[in-house]
Amino acid sequence: MRSVDKESPDSVIIPAPEPPQNDGDCRGSTLTRQRRRAAYLFIAPMLIVLALVAGYPLLRTMFFALTDARLSNLSTYHFVGLANFTELVRDPVWWQAVWNTVVFSVVSVALETVLGVAIALTLNAHMPGRGLLRAAVLIPWAIPTVVSAKMWGWMYNDMYGVINAIFMAVGLISHPLAWTANPHLALGAVIAVDVWKTTPFVALLALAALQLLPTEIYEAAKVDGIHPVKVFFKVTLPLIAPALMVAVIFRLLDALRIFDLIYVLTSNSRGTMSMSVYARQQLVDFQNVGYGSAAATLLFLIIAVITVVFITVGRVRFDK
Amino acid sequence: MKLHTRRAAGRMAFYLLVAVIAFYTVFPFYWAVVSSLKTGSALFNTNFLPVHPAWKNYVAVFTQQPFGRNILNSVIVASSTVAISLALAVTASYALGRIRFRGRSTLLLVILAVSMFPQVAVLSGMFQLIRALGLYNNLLGLILSYMIMALPFTVWVLTTFMRELPRELEEAAMVDGASPWQIITRVFMPLMGPAMVTTGLLAFIAAWNEFLFALTFTLTDNMRTVPVAIALISGASSFELPWGRIMAASVIVTVPLIVLVLIFQRRIVSGLTAGAVKG
Repeated sequence: MRSVDKESPDSVIIPAPEPPQNDGDCRGSTLTRQRRRAAYLFIAPMLIVLALVAGYPLLRTMFFALTDARLSNLSTYHFVGLANFTELVRDPVWWQAVWNTVVFSVVSVALETVLGVAIALTLNAHMPGRGLLRAAVLIPWAIPTVVSAKMWGWMYNDMYGVINAIFMAVGLISHPLAWTANPHLALGAVIAVDVWKTTPFVALLALAALQLLPTEIYEAAKVDGIHPVKVFFKVTLPLIAPALMVAVIFRLLDALRIFDLIYVLTSNSRGTMSMSVYARQQLVDFQNVGYGSAAATLLFLIIAVITVVFITVGRVRFDK
Repeated sequence: MKLHTRRAAGRMAFYLLVAVIAFYTVFPFYWAVVSSLKTGSALFNTNFLPVHPAWKNYVAVFTQQPFGRNILNSVIVASSTVAISLALAVTASYALGRIRFRGRSTLLLVILAVSMFPQVAVLSGMFQLIRALGLYNNLLGLILSYMIMALPFTVWVLTTFMRELPRELEEAAMVDGASPWQIITRVFMPLMGPAMVTTGLLAFIAAWNEFLFALTFTLTDNMRTVPVAIALISGASSFELPWGRIMAASVIVTVPLIVLVLIFQRRIVSGLTAGAVKG
């Protein structure tokens, strides 16, 4: 059972809500049966709504993936089997979108993890103004993604952007760059915004884990004169690894479905298009519900497989 | 002596790092504020202070488009989403957190899985559902579709909180002959207040920021929520975006969120770690 600690947030192992065993002894008693019946009743409304807004649309999308439905008329369609999928795997634009999504997810999550741990270590040090810094770190997290995309879009502006101005003043670049339009720079520009926006999330989870570490280990290491860098890699990192793993999984799943940031910052350009952007473009802009649903279904399956692999490899336990 | 200077240098480096972190996180927002106060040609030079601050952009946001209406839409959608999902989640989380029954852990896994759905995976099915219910270009349609994100999240986090309450409370109530419903409403609800505020706040922020469904399921400017309205602000031609106005709109919707986050900082952190919510 976890304990509530108002000062330091609790452990981040994905909590496995385990009810107190207060009806274990009287198994089968009237009271237990009454409680079980109540449990089903209490859950039913939530389950019905979930079935309506999650179960039905998911199955319906998978069904559309096997048809040639158009957005203008969703009631008339023909069953086309796996034709949408065979067409999809032959489309280079789709593979470009897959590649973009994978590069975006891996690079940004890696950077966020490293930076997040660095920020967490800083925030964990005793210093004046720590609360203020923690509040500052939360700001990017609170800003809506669309707003951060617009803010950075303005900073990236090729003619009047502040980033070109600063980089030229410092001498990093000799002429203004079109950060979001240049295909060699655009994906990097998108990653930079995502790192800015979501590093706080990783930092906060890492900080929560750091605050739970026993101080005795560090005092012992100090007495023994072990170098702080060595202490970090040999002691701190292994101890916060499970919590970090959870943060990485959540971030990775979130990055793989990225839509709003890319859509707003670089619109439907091929160089940065993610799987979600591709699927929506097919579905809405081209009205190809069947084909777009096939792309959406494939994205769903890819994410499902990655989740299962990660949970198995990372040994994340949902029930402890 | 040598140790002393080394320590001083180390401290200097540390504070430099702190300064870099603070600059990196805060500057983009600072720049948006500065840009929103600049008009005309001042917008196109990179002065780090607005030399002649002007409110023109803020006025233009509300006069050139129904931005007031957009804000109202966002408030209605986000608060209804939170209210409905909390109402459904509180009983469900009591059952999931405190009663043992068959299929409980499967159910929890399903709930966690749904909260990680890529939204686009349900897009066409959701579109068809919303059309069939006659809720296209209607705020009710948005509220309905937001349940897919808000409900699993609130159930999950509330279940975690529910589990932490001492079991003696419940036992005492059971000894007194309280029914499960009375236990929830009389014993747990009053204690769950802070947890519900935290969860509700996080769900509110998520609904306030949502973009894909809002973009796809609304059509007219009057039905847009804030993120879509900001994303669709355009100028006379696609090459001259009214950046001053876009920045003003961005600042307007971000300031309340930042204030909320600063006030509820501790709670948000505890809610994030309990639910490991998406960023």
